[in-house]
Amino acid sequence: MNASMSAGIANVAVTRAEVEDFFFHEAALLDEWRLKEWEALLADDATYFIPPNDDLEGGHRGTLYIISDDRERIRQRIIRVMDPNCHAEFPRSRTCRLISNVRITGVEGDIVHAAANFVCYRYRRYQREFVYVGSYQYALRKTAEGFRIKERRVLLAAHELGQLGSVSFIL
Amino acid sequence: MTGARSFVVDDREKGIFLLDREALVSDEVLRGEMRNIFAKCWIYVGHGSELKKNGDFHTRKVAGRPVIFARDGKGQVRCHLNTCRHRGALVCTERKGNTRRFNCVYHGWIYNNDGSMARVPGDEAYTAAFDKTTFGLKAPAKFESYRDFWFMNLDPDAVSLVDYLGAATEYIDLVVDQSPSNNMEVISGTQEYDVNANWKLMVENSVDDYHLPSTHSTWLNFMANSGVKMEPSKDPALVLPTHGLAIDLGNGHFTTDNVNFRGRPVAAWIPIYGEDAKPEMAAIREELVQRVGPERAKRICDTNRNLVIFPNLVINDGSSVTIRTFYPDGANKMQVTAWALGPVEESESARARRLDAFLTFYGPGGFATPDDVEALELVQQGLANYTDDRWSEMSRGMGREGEQLNSDEHHLRTFWRHWDKMMTGAQA
Repeated sequence: MNASMSAGIANVAVTRAEVEDFFFHEAALLDEWRLKEWEALLADDATYFIPPNDDLEGGHRGTLYIISDDRERIRQRIIRVMDPNCHAEFPRSRTCRLISNVRITGVEGDIVHAAANFVCYRYRRYQREFVYVGSYQYALRKTAEGFRIKERRVLLAAHELGQLGSVSFIL
Repeated sequence: MTGARSFVVDDREKGIFLLDREALVSDEVLRGEMRNIFAKCWIYVGHGSELKKNGDFHTRKVAGRPVIFARDGKGQVRCHLNTCRHRGALVCTERKGNTRRFNCVYHGWIYNNDGSMARVPGDEAYTAAFDKTTFGLKAPAKFESYRDFWFMNLDPDAVSLVDYLGAATEYIDLVVDQSPSNNMEVISGTQEYDVNANWKLMVENSVDDYHLPSTHSTWLNFMANSGVKMEPSKDPALVLPTHGLAIDLGNGHFTTDNVNFRGRPVAAWIPIYGEDAKPEMAAIREELVQRVGPERAKRICDTNRNLVIFPNLVINDGSSVTIRTFYPDGANKMQVTAWALGPVEESESARARRLDAFLTFYGPGGFATPDDVEALELVQQGLANYTDDRWSEMSRGMGREGEQLNSDEHHLRTFWRHWDKMMTGAQA
């Protein structure tokens, strides 16, 4: 997977510790609802995908996803979930995500492909506990300012969303 | 079996309609619904396009019943009860696939994909009274289709599907007409999610346009932020930017029929689709005009419709086309399944636009559905007080003469009147 050159850019050097630090920082921003700071981690061409539980491999242009956001749609999603009239997230869910099994799966020029497993617990008042389990797949652009998210893909382990109901927050 | 009490107060003289909230929380009511509604009505099973090749199958629950929706070796679409005739185990555990045979893992009984018995291991041990040819998989009493939408009915005395659908067929036709070859297909990717609310609240929510400004203000903001004109109507009677009707289609079916403002993949452009989409959307519209005429093309493109087929099928022909069905899993919970539907000949770019339009509003990660789910769950939580706050108010628009508005509650009353008749055993 270590193509020596891609688009004329030499493959960046990267360690798992750097990627882990980034994931842990991102998880804290999301759990603390610091979504403006999270948005600053996105590349200008960022995408955010949650494929359907029953077709994890299907492409987003031909398969009905749960979430298929381009950069502008992510911006709109942040506006929406921060709005007190986003009823599904008001009062906001409390979430706690645990990230593990972090792996660098490839480097192409300045793009680092990385994967991790996650458990995200979500709590709302009076409601059942929601436990989202799955894996993250990232394409991260390594820049002088640090990593920027080019693609963020969430693969849910469950056969169906079922009792998890909605994905009304940033998973 | 019959004789349940009525749950509605329907005073047409005074213009008051009230629903006894026990209908939304009671396990006894749910048991009555399983007997008097889900075992009597035509219940949606699946779309023929999900079974492209002979031998294709999907397993799913239909009104709580595990079934196999399959195309047999000769191409016939079938619905088998997914229950072994021997001891009752599921005979197919895969979500979908292609097979000639369904094998029960317990004692190894094997069925052909047309449901007939293929093999009983060690059948010499049975007496002459055991006729294995009578041990094919059971099927619902009736299984019929309208334009490739397949429904089952557990009641052998039920009227035909077409008679049951009645005037609702026109609204299904408006969907199917969106394909140049009249072939719509279910797109890969299923949304299955639970809502902790009574299933009938989803029926109401699917057609209730009164809730749109309050429940979905963030969606309205998103549309406005994206350049879609969302000016409130000058007509004070209208809750939405445009005029829309609620129409009783008989047999408990009903629909909204709204002047479109939200864009439609076939074929009403809005800025969210991007400038690049304009030529292709114009071509889609032109094909439609040529094929069905300008008047019907306008009806298809410039109105949108949320159709309910009693009791639990919703076809939203709105920002995109969805098939949504749901069934009770207890009085306080439902399981929802939703699919996207599109013309089989749709280009790659048009398909992508359709799916994107779907996600602007619908589904568990959409910009609107999660707030619907929240609203329904809030209702269910609030209903815990039903013994001390007994009645839900559903009179909106009762004094209105003539055409009924989408933002009134005429269509909701249509549902509840039909539901009440079926539950009390009155002539439905």
